[in-house]
Amino acid sequence: MTSIIIWTIAIITVLGVVLALVLYLVAKKFKVEEDPRIDEVEKAMPGANCGGCGYAGCRAFAESAVKAPNLDSHFCPVGGNDTMARVAAILGYEVKAKAPQIAVVRCNGSCAVRPKTNEYDGYPSCKVKATLYSGDTGCSFGCLGCGDCVAACQFGALSMDPETGLPVVDEAKCTACGACVKACPKLLIELRPKGPRGMREAVLCVNKDKGPVAKKACASACIGCGICVKTCTHEAIILENNVAYIDPLKCKLCRECEAMCPTGSIHGVNFPKPLDKDAVKERIKIRQQKEKEAAHV
Amino acid sequence: MSKHTFSIGGVHPHDNKISRDCPIRPLPLPPTVYLAMSQHIGAPAKPVVAVGDKVNVGQVVAEPGGFVSAFIHSSVSGTVKSIGPRKDLAGNPVTCVEIAVEGDEWDESIDRSEDLVTAIPSDNKAIIEKIRLGGVVGLGGATFPTHVKLMPPPGSKCERVIINGCECEPYLTSDFRTLLEKGEQVVVGAAILRQVMGNVPCTIAIEENKPEAIVHIREVIAKLGYEGIEVMSMKMRYPQGGEKQLIDAVMGRQVGSGALPISVGAVVQNVATALAVYDAVQKNKPIIDNSVTVTGGCLPEQANLLVRVGTPLQMILDAVGGVPESAAKIISGGPMMGKAVVNLEAATVKGTGALLLLTEAETRRGSASACIRCGKCADACPMGLEPFLLNRLCKAGDLEALEANAIQDCIECGCCLYSCPANIPLLDNIRLGKGAVLGAIRARAVAAKAAAEAAKQ
Repeated sequence: MTSIIIWTIAIITVLGVVLALVLYLVAKKFKVEEDPRIDEVEKAMPGANCGGCGYAGCRAFAESAVKAPNLDSHFCPVGGNDTMARVAAILGYEVKAKAPQIAVVRCNGSCAVRPKTNEYDGYPSCKVKATLYSGDTGCSFGCLGCGDCVAACQFGALSMDPETGLPVVDEAKCTACGACVKACPKLLIELRPKGPRGMREAVLCVNKDKGPVAKKACASACIGCGICVKTCTHEAIILENNVAYIDPLKCKLCRECEAMCPTGSIHGVNFPKPLDKDAVKERIKIRQQKEKEAAHV
Repeated sequence: MSKHTFSIGGVHPHDNKISRDCPIRPLPLPPTVYLAMSQHIGAPAKPVVAVGDKVNVGQVVAEPGGFVSAFIHSSVSGTVKSIGPRKDLAGNPVTCVEIAVEGDEWDESIDRSEDLVTAIPSDNKAIIEKIRLGGVVGLGGATFPTHVKLMPPPGSKCERVIINGCECEPYLTSDFRTLLEKGEQVVVGAAILRQVMGNVPCTIAIEENKPEAIVHIREVIAKLGYEGIEVMSMKMRYPQGGEKQLIDAVMGRQVGSGALPISVGAVVQNVATALAVYDAVQKNKPIIDNSVTVTGGCLPEQANLLVRVGTPLQMILDAVGGVPESAAKIISGGPMMGKAVVNLEAATVKGTGALLLLTEAETRRGSASACIRCGKCADACPMGLEPFLLNRLCKAGDLEALEANAIQDCIECGCCLYSCPANIPLLDNIRLGKGAVLGAIRARAVAAKAAAEAAKQ
């Protein structure tokens, strides 16, 4: 009995040693020479493998970054500037800091302002819905509300607000990877700079219909009236195809457009004080009067 | 019992032809018509009228915007009120010409008499030109410009013209009524098509649930003394009216993946198209009206209406007493392939063949459960595809595998969805994947063209 146990242990031990040796030799002989910096860069990455950088995952990003002559075409939106600084340090490159971005859903057509005109009873997917028809409200540009963007977000940063029927972005969790941008069949979601202390202005509407049509479908649609363009003193607003767009790089966050917008389709977030529309309107009035007088002189 | 049918797949839904005894009656002229510039497959037509112009019935309102495109004629007489985007029945904007109706003045070139003209012009080129100028498109649903179909690419030869009178979709009866009431005209139209394609034999395929039509058309052919045109009684099976299925059923030939029917020597035209061909060639009458079945169990009366193109849908429904309380869904077309209507202010187009009103109980969709691998969808698919597999690949977004599994051959007939015991939205997903694959194929073709040009230089 004892001898059987001893023999078994002995054989297994010898086998183990021999096979380990074989493995060691094979590993030595067929070793793939790889740039050790790839591993280092990969370790510096967040490891979310979200694909937001445009590569298949963090390792693919690392492999490409190591080979690249500079880091201009490489940016990890999830890790942001900190990660890129670490990657640059490993590779000995310089990297310019990028303004952190965030996903902005450009539709503010909540259930209250955008009444339903029909009931959708098909498969609950925005993409499927978009192939069938324009949607269950009068607006053929707005959010379809089936939550394809929520399903696409790997970071749990998006959720549907049952009250408004629109997706809400959790600022703390959004990494601006862009998965939701690709998921939305109506192309509503845009990556915009987060802004100083998160303060930013945006037109939350992409309705290209003419004013009366847009207004009929949704009370807070952009009707392309152009008041914001006339109001803006920084030339930050473009009006094209009956819809206004605020250029985030030119916007100085004065909130004048927001105060003047007749439908309330311009929204500002994270400002310390709520917008006093009347005060701002008064200020604009005085300024425009002065300008008029100056022009007469 | 007729045995003629296609060889793979298909389903047999209840035919529900409750409007079959309703003769086609003309709908009174609407106060305004809206003529969409995209009433056909291909490039949208370009308007040639301006706001304020007076137009007569049959006058050209828009010219073809490309080779695969069609003329659009005014369906009424009156004044052009506006040209601009208007929402179609699915709520998507399309460019429309709005015409306020004044009287009913017809273009002088149109022969409005009821006399049957049997003498067919001998010049085939002139016939095709007349069909083109008449704005004739396939009225079976796809609205493919007919003159393009009648000019097969060099090297291909037509061996048989098939006139599609299957009307395999449940509920629809407008083709059946057309066969009964305008049988002579349809047969002359068939004779014209057959002559254009080189005096080839012609088969008028009618499903056996329309025995009156089969008998009537046989009588008409005998009366007119046409040779080379026969009526084939088909076994009832959906989607028999699908082009490739009908060719299989009539000729026993299968059209290959991605190939056109002409590759097996067939040209298929719908009954309503044959009538439109007759009107365009013999009467100089372009497509200005079409018959629309208005049906549904919840409607107090059924109807087949002769409707001017561009009539608002609301007006058609008002003619049968308005939308009843119990109607939950309005569908343009049949229940299998039709599209849900969300905008009753939208107007009809040339291809509008039916308005179907269904109740909540009739349209309710069961909640989806897991696939049990029963294979019913694969049995039902008339294109020999595997819908359960395509569904899975579509969800995974594997375009290469989808293309390898021939998703681009899907005709979106809905047999898979109809047969699935687990209520899985197979077609919804497949349609998405098909769109993506077709997009990828097109992108590849464009890239190949660009590469070839770059190589030349």
